[in-house]
Amino acid sequence: MRKISVLLVLVLVLSAFMAGCGGGSGDADEAKVIKIGIFEPLTGENGGGGAQELDGMKYANSVRPTVTIGGEEYTVELVISDNKSDKTEAATAANYLVDKGVSVVLGSYGSGVSIVAGDIFKEAGIPAIGASCTNPQVTKGNEFYFRVCFLDPFQGTVIANYAIQNGAKTAAVITQLGDDYSTGLGSFFETAFKDLTGDANSIVSSQTFQQNQADFNAILQNVKSKNPDVVFVPSSITTAPLIIQQARDIGITAPIMGGDTWENATIIENAGEKAEGIVLSTFFDEGLADSSPITKEFVEGYTQYLAGREASIPAVAALGYDAYMVALDAIERAGSTEGAAIRDALVATKDFEGVTGTINFDENGDAMKNMAVIKTVMDGKFQFLQVVEVK
Amino acid sequence: MDLTTFLQNCVTGVSLGSAYALIAIGYTMVYGILRLINFAHGDIFMMAGYFTIFAITNFMLPWYVAILVVIIATVILGAAIERAAYKPLREAPRMSIMISAIGVSFLLVNLATYLFTGLPRSFPKLGFLQHVYKIGDVSAPVVTFITPVITIVLLFVLIYLVNHTKMGMAMRAVSKDYEASRLMGIEINTIITITFIIGSALAAIGAILYFSPRPMVYPFSGMMPGLKCFIAAVIGGIGNIPGAVIGGFVIGIAETFLVAVFPSMTGYSDAFTFVLLIIMLVFRPTGLLGENITEKV
Repeated sequence: MRKISVLLVLVLVLSAFMAGCGGGSGDADEAKVIKIGIFEPLTGENGGGGAQELDGMKYANSVRPTVTIGGEEYTVELVISDNKSDKTEAATAANYLVDKGVSVVLGSYGSGVSIVAGDIFKEAGIPAIGASCTNPQVTKGNEFYFRVCFLDPFQGTVIANYAIQNGAKTAAVITQLGDDYSTGLGSFFETAFKDLTGDANSIVSSQTFQQNQADFNAILQNVKSKNPDVVFVPSSITTAPLIIQQARDIGITAPIMGGDTWENATIIENAGEKAEGIVLSTFFDEGLADSSPITKEFVEGYTQYLAGREASIPAVAALGYDAYMVALDAIERAGSTEGAAIRDALVATKDFEGVTGTINFDENGDAMKNMAVIKTVMDGKFQFLQVVEVK
Repeated sequence: MDLTTFLQNCVTGVSLGSAYALIAIGYTMVYGILRLINFAHGDIFMMAGYFTIFAITNFMLPWYVAILVVIIATVILGAAIERAAYKPLREAPRMSIMISAIGVSFLLVNLATYLFTGLPRSFPKLGFLQHVYKIGDVSAPVVTFITPVITIVLLFVLIYLVNHTKMGMAMRAVSKDYEASRLMGIEINTIITITFIIGSALAAIGAILYFSPRPMVYPFSGMMPGLKCFIAAVIGGIGNIPGAVIGGFVIGIAETFLVAVFPSMTGYSDAFTFVLLIIMLVFRPTGLLGENITEKV
């Protein structure tokens, strides 16, 4: 009896291998396919944002499902890999894409995982295009990583600018320990705020918390006792509602500000009426639809594609769309599915018309952008406040 | 630190500590009876959080009915885990049953990820519990103020149960000597099941009190509280019920004040809890209220 069951297991395992091999070898005589890897967090603390960005890429894929390489029509196949918002998992997820033989990678939402994956893509010679990872470290020293959004030093300056314009003289900063996005943006904000106020003591409190922490009362109590004019909390959408609610519960009335991650309906759903009045900076707003015909087309098409799933178009979806389109543009100009050729074509990108603005890459591979959108929450919705341009 | 800040920190610390205490009781009781560290306890607590979400958000039960449903569902889960994962290993070495507990813990986390996705879900509002209440300048949701009260009341009920009922006597007997009490005609399996039922019910109440002011549940939300409550049980003297409550308070208050007194150390508040454990194990391995058991060779 035991022998039979061992045999049965063996047969099953072997047949699974055979099936796997069979699937792989059958592709050759089918239509030409180019694989684009999508490296996004679909679960974990950044799962919500990653899913929005993925939506934008999927929409872009439905708008432009094929690409012409050297006169031949290739179908684009999206290979999706979930990095689970975790730096350890990110390496596994990145290697999976490399094994699948993708020509170019898009993503990720969240800078920390992108930084980890950067070296893997670089070694494999696969160019990657980040959509919304804003930390400078993502592209720095990595000639294979590009991105279509603005950077945290810029974003930190924009938010500090806005706070000061609205009369803030002191600020408290709370960041997540070990999270590159949060600590990076937090320190850029601090630097900008000190510079702009000309007062080295204008940051009255600077504290950190742990990943997955749920209780912020003690930290917020310190903030409350310092009575700052604004509280800046760059954080994931998992943490943000907890901090916002607990801050309001213990009686902090100062405006609470965050970065681009906060533009997610989850925050309003979870924090409820306590989310009213929070301020955040982001990349894009539907209100910019009239700025160019491409943007207008995107806003109309995507609103239809969403079919009411979201109250408004998330900025990261627009960036996801841009990342995909930039990739296809480069593939076409490269006329090859080879990573190195596509990379060279990306470097040569000139005045690409994206929905979030014109894209030119600087020597680090960062899109040169000078515009950010400030939004707030009013009546349970994200509301456009103003466009900030810094040069 | 001015008086308001001090008082606000006291309220926060005591409240956090009492939620820890409720969960720590579950660890300590199971250890007392089975000499087993039930690593799945923190995840039972997490599941209770999800049950509350389903009861209120999905099935729209009124909050007082929902609390009852959540307690019952958690108790069934706890008892089922005991029956399926621990009972068959009753005669096995203690290490096997502990490994089984770790397995159950992973199973629950992954099951939750699979069934409810890894995305955090918002914990519903339970009646008046989340209304913000103010005493002078100290402001906190109602639940923060009533958590310690509930914990103390439950502690006294539990002490009465253990010291003054026949069932409690049987429990004490089993924890003193497993074999002898079986020979004396005590239904060991019933007593163990009852222990798990009480532990799970307290974990369910603890979950409601813990998640109300920190309203977000995801598959890993049982991890840290679980570990901290285990430490609370060890600090209080594992196997000792009032000790677990004291341990919970110590950790909750110490954690809060560490951050309040040293604002630059906020990132280390978790590490601090573990340092506390190490200090305790070095200087008083039996815990604050633990008894010294002389081992016969």
